[in-house]
Amino acid sequence: MDFPIISSLIILPTIGALFILFTKSSNSKYQSSKYVALFISLANFILSIYLWLIFDKSSINFQFVENREWLSGFINYKVGVDGISILFILLTTFITPICIISVISTIEHRLKDFLIAILILETLMIGVFCSLDLIIFYLFFEGGLIPMFLIIGIWGGERRVYSAFKFFLYTLLGSVLMLIAIISIYWISGTTDVEKLYEIGIGEQYQKLLWLAFFSSFAVKTPMWPVHTWLPDAHVEAPTAGSVLLAAILLKMAGYGFIRFSVGLFPIASEYFVPLVFALSLIAIIYTSLVALMQEDMKKLIAYSSVAHMGFVTLGIFTMTQQGIEGSIFQMISHGLVSAALFLSVGVVYDRNHTRLIKKYGGLVTVMPKYGIVFMIFALGSLGLPGTSGFIGEFLILMGTFKKSFLVATIASLGVILGAAYMLWMYKRVVFGEIIHEEIKSMKDLKKFELLILILLAIPIIFFGFYPEPLINSVETSVTSLIDNYNSNLTQSIVKK
Amino acid sequence: MENLEIILPEIFLSLTIMFLLLFGVFKKNSSKLIYNLTTLSLIILFALLLNLYQVSDLSIFNNSYKVDSLATFMKLLTIGSGIFVMLTCSKYIEINNINKMEYPILILSSILGMMVMISSNDLIVFYMGLELQSLALYVLASFNRENILSTESGLKYFVLSALSSGLLLYGCSLIYGFSGSTNFNTILENSSSGQYGITFGIVFVLVGLAFKISAVPFHMWAPDVYQGSPTSVTTFFAVLPKIAALSVFIRFLYVPFAEMNDQWQMIIIFLSIASMIFGAVAAIGQKNLKRLIAYSSIGHMGYALTGLAAGTNQGIQGSISYIAIYLVMNLAFFSCMFMLRRNNEYYESIEDLSGLSKNHPLLSFSLLIILFSLAGIPPLAGFFAKFYVFMAVIEQKMYFLAIVGLLSTVIAAFYYLRIIKIIYFDKEKEKFETDHHLGLKFTLAVSTIFILAYFIYPSGLTEIVSKINII
Repeated sequence: MDFPIISSLIILPTIGALFILFTKSSNSKYQSSKYVALFISLANFILSIYLWLIFDKSSINFQFVENREWLSGFINYKVGVDGISILFILLTTFITPICIISVISTIEHRLKDFLIAILILETLMIGVFCSLDLIIFYLFFEGGLIPMFLIIGIWGGERRVYSAFKFFLYTLLGSVLMLIAIISIYWISGTTDVEKLYEIGIGEQYQKLLWLAFFSSFAVKTPMWPVHTWLPDAHVEAPTAGSVLLAAILLKMAGYGFIRFSVGLFPIASEYFVPLVFALSLIAIIYTSLVALMQEDMKKLIAYSSVAHMGFVTLGIFTMTQQGIEGSIFQMISHGLVSAALFLSVGVVYDRNHTRLIKKYGGLVTVMPKYGIVFMIFALGSLGLPGTSGFIGEFLILMGTFKKSFLVATIASLGVILGAAYMLWMYKRVVFGEIIHEEIKSMKDLKKFELLILILLAIPIIFFGFYPEPLINSVETSVTSLIDNYNSNLTQSIVKK
Repeated sequence: MENLEIILPEIFLSLTIMFLLLFGVFKKNSSKLIYNLTTLSLIILFALLLNLYQVSDLSIFNNSYKVDSLATFMKLLTIGSGIFVMLTCSKYIEINNINKMEYPILILSSILGMMVMISSNDLIVFYMGLELQSLALYVLASFNRENILSTESGLKYFVLSALSSGLLLYGCSLIYGFSGSTNFNTILENSSSGQYGITFGIVFVLVGLAFKISAVPFHMWAPDVYQGSPTSVTTFFAVLPKIAALSVFIRFLYVPFAEMNDQWQMIIIFLSIASMIFGAVAAIGQKNLKRLIAYSSIGHMGYALTGLAAGTNQGIQGSISYIAIYLVMNLAFFSCMFMLRRNNEYYESIEDLSGLSKNHPLLSFSLLIILFSLAGIPPLAGFFAKFYVFMAVIEQKMYFLAIVGLLSTVIAAFYYLRIIKIIYFDKEKEKFETDHHLGLKFTLAVSTIFILAYFIYPSGLTEIVSKINII
């Protein structure tokens, strides 16, 4: 491949952002900015679909690799995709246009800046998922903080400043330790090139500390219990599109990081820390589900459910089984779609009634029947009903977990029940029942564009629920090679001893 | 005689100073002209130095004056930032009525002092340069003599600086006494680590130098002087003396005492850790932008010293890259400050920035970039500065220093974020004037683009810096 397709994917949104930056803002409705943003993000989506189609699913190597000299000889700009990262790129390029549609029809306050922030964020996210050098990865990973900080802080709700600061400082704190680890890896192994590192491996004596440093960063971003507290705050105060980006894509960076770096680079340490991750994941699943049960704010409830779902993801990854890791990847994609849809659904009623409190609603089904149906699909998708993508992910993860430990899997299954409880209870209180509040009666059903984006999200949720093959197929070889590499590392270290 | 051409820049500068002084005395009301001539002479000086860049490792005056890649690069940085300081301040000094003819001449003499410092390979030469630089700075700090804060800051700087110079001289005399020479190379030959006199000497000299770059615990003057001096002088203070002092640090530690690094390494580590933490914590409560930037520069000097603590060429190069990027960020920040003007009055409190992004989107965007870069968030230039330094530190397995340093960036991020919050999230205030002169706009644009686009081609700086090998 001569055409640098990955770099184009990365750079295209930034070009769009620059375009918007320099268009005249005299036009009060920002028509041109809207079209530019939408056009660019759709073009990027089509480009990533094309990438997926020409991607060779049977190869275990990274494909479309671009390797350029960047920092005078010692760090190269290296990007490429394998079966795992390509799915996350697709998710990113799919969610971004949806966010943009939702933004241009609901936000008027400084719309231009918002579009720029989203496009820059898209660049950084795609960069995270396809960088094959630790330093490049870190640049993209941390760079995402800047647009996200602004999105929460400028367009958020009442306590936006508090949550923007919390989000920024928590994630920065986690990441600086990772930076130290990355630099240490450079001095230990002489390279930060991920592919080379996979080959030569990292000395056993260093692995545990390095793993912990990476973990500190990923755990904050995932987020895992007990460092999850920034997430509900950030979500509640972020605007709808901000929540969508946060839940659908930003949280996935950490899950991706766990698979690509923690498991890939430090197999021995990963094996050593499995109990820790299992314990934290189980606490996350059970505890945050219980917390979610008690929430009065819909967005907070979904935020806590995100923590619980990400608990499943970390659980699945560290089972180190084919099913577990595939399930985790599937769960991340599915959660990206479902949580995006749920936040958009909450955004729909928030735009009409300006409250997110569950008790202020009730009986929506009589005035908004269409909304009732789509919201139902997403609620069921979130609790993992068979026939939705949520089921496949959770099922595979639990299957992988059963292989590893019966007890852990049993406790995790409890989380599924709790998930059903809080979702259905919220759905019941919001959509069913008598209309108590007068203002509900005047609420209009879904507008066309709202229906459009929600259906766009519902299609893949149901489609992959019945036919997960395309996704599983794409990650299979990469996951197999990851696990092979992992196991061979473990046996080597046992043989040495 | 053929050696004279390598100190041509210094000769040229001295002649310019004398000429401008006479010119200013005999021609009335020529301050504007002198200001412009000064800028021009700095540009010529820059060109002369560029011409010298190919010359490597020459020493003259009985090996007491060195022109090598370190000296030339640091001088280029000094003169380059001097040009930009002159470009940004012209309007400010007019409005604040300090456009006296002495002002640019004092700046030139201070720069001459710095050039001597940077090239010095001898304790006496180094001290001469230091005093020439400082004397000009005392006067500059109190240049706005009708302003009580400015006079106070000048006096404070003078008293404390004289004390530190005294300590420094005492250290020099100890080193001379125990090694029998003031020349750095001869000291290297004559000294051995068993001599406690020399160790004491090193400590005293380091105290004096730490004072000049305002490293904790010798930082007390910095906030008051930064706040009290006219902003144009603060811009100068925040950038140029640090470059000169850092190069003296490098030469003093790594030429005569390279082999005694177990003696001084702890001191540098302490200075850098204390500066990083103190700079980060103390800046949180500040309300005045100049005071805040004083504390922030204390923190940044801590990072620059971190590289020196590593004790390797990589560390020295990291420190030099750090100071180069730091000076661009500071120039950019001060250019933004010069833009906060309304009815011929300059505003310098953080509250005045409130809601700036509404009325001045481009200015706020630049500030956003600059502040995130100062906080060290990738992919901006400030991140690379820290990256180079910590690269060197971790190579030496000094993990404690690295962890403390990076954790204090998180604390420091808080106060930068606070300014961003005020600019972007708060309610707007009255508009500022937008008719800025070209020099100011040019400086801001160049420096912001440098910070923003640095990541596209980072090898440019590293390649230049990697030629500086002291050890």
